[in-house]
Amino acid sequence: MGFKELIIQKVKEQFDNSIEEIKEFRGDLSITIKKEKIVELAKLLKEDNDLHFETCIDVTAIDWATRKNRFTVVYHVYSYKNNFTLRIKANIDDNPPQIESVTSVWKSANWYERETYDMYGIIFINHPDLRRIYMPEGFEYHPLRKDFPVLGIPGSLPLPDKID
Amino acid sequence: MGLEAKLNKDGFITTTLDAIIAWARKSSVWPMPMGISCCAIELIAAADPKYDLARFGSEVMRFTPRQCDLMIVAGTVTYKMAQVVRRIYDQMPEPKWVIAMGACTSSGGMYRSYNVVQGIDQFLPVDVYTAGCPPRPENLINAVMTIQQKIAKTKARDFQDKPLLENIDK
Repeated sequence: MGFKELIIQKVKEQFDNSIEEIKEFRGDLSITIKKEKIVELAKLLKEDNDLHFETCIDVTAIDWATRKNRFTVVYHVYSYKNNFTLRIKANIDDNPPQIESVTSVWKSANWYERETYDMYGIIFINHPDLRRIYMPEGFEYHPLRKDFPVLGIPGSLPLPDKID
Repeated sequence: MGLEAKLNKDGFITTTLDAIIAWARKSSVWPMPMGISCCAIELIAAADPKYDLARFGSEVMRFTPRQCDLMIVAGTVTYKMAQVVRRIYDQMPEPKWVIAMGACTSSGGMYRSYNVVQGIDQFLPVDVYTAGCPPRPENLINAVMTIQQKIAKTKARDFQDKPLLENIDK
């Protein structure tokens, strides 16, 4: 049995009802799971004796704009022992967009979740320090949302006074 | 040739104080290398022996604004960085000049985006804009020479009533 099949088998064993989709595209394996189970899945992937997904290498999101579940949160996790990158997705809705933080499992997710909060306004519950990371404090918008204009909202970012 | 020939003949020259002060000022423009992104590489190239900005008296890049009179803003200025650039500018003593080096500083350049200031002239008094992405060192040297021409036209008394530091927080 290959490593991919092993992951699928172990995940299906524990989360059969909560899996929305398991998909392989050009060699990359993606697992879509219900948002309530994200931390449990993270624990399984990290602590299982065969899987060893020790590192969360990225957290980001997709804004589908008009879809019913507006956002998809995407995690990339990596196993050094098996040299394998796995993608986890969770669909969440817009009122309010929130999901449990995985920082309790992967510490490295801390700043990635802050970035995702900054850019998409997704609230990570139980995150130790959910502040903006790129945009200045006091900025009121989330720039990577589809309804945010590319050139920004005039006056939303302060500039020094003009001098001659 | 030039001054040396005069010295051989008479041993002295007559001129105005304005002219000689402006001449001294323009011949030793000390730049503040505000290198924020890729333009800074061309700024370094302009100062190196091949292009040799030293020929125009501008070889002394000072990394403290208190010793500079020309700010070369070399790179993309974001809204966050704008506060820093302005703070450094305010610490430069009068008289002072600004070169907006490259497309980003002049107009936002290819970053037509919410996070980049679309032209630093929104918060700084720019004297010379330099085209290019990034501009070649010759282009930057041309900008410095344009600043020199501008300085040559100044009169010493233009600056006498100005305080050394104006906008700085007390």
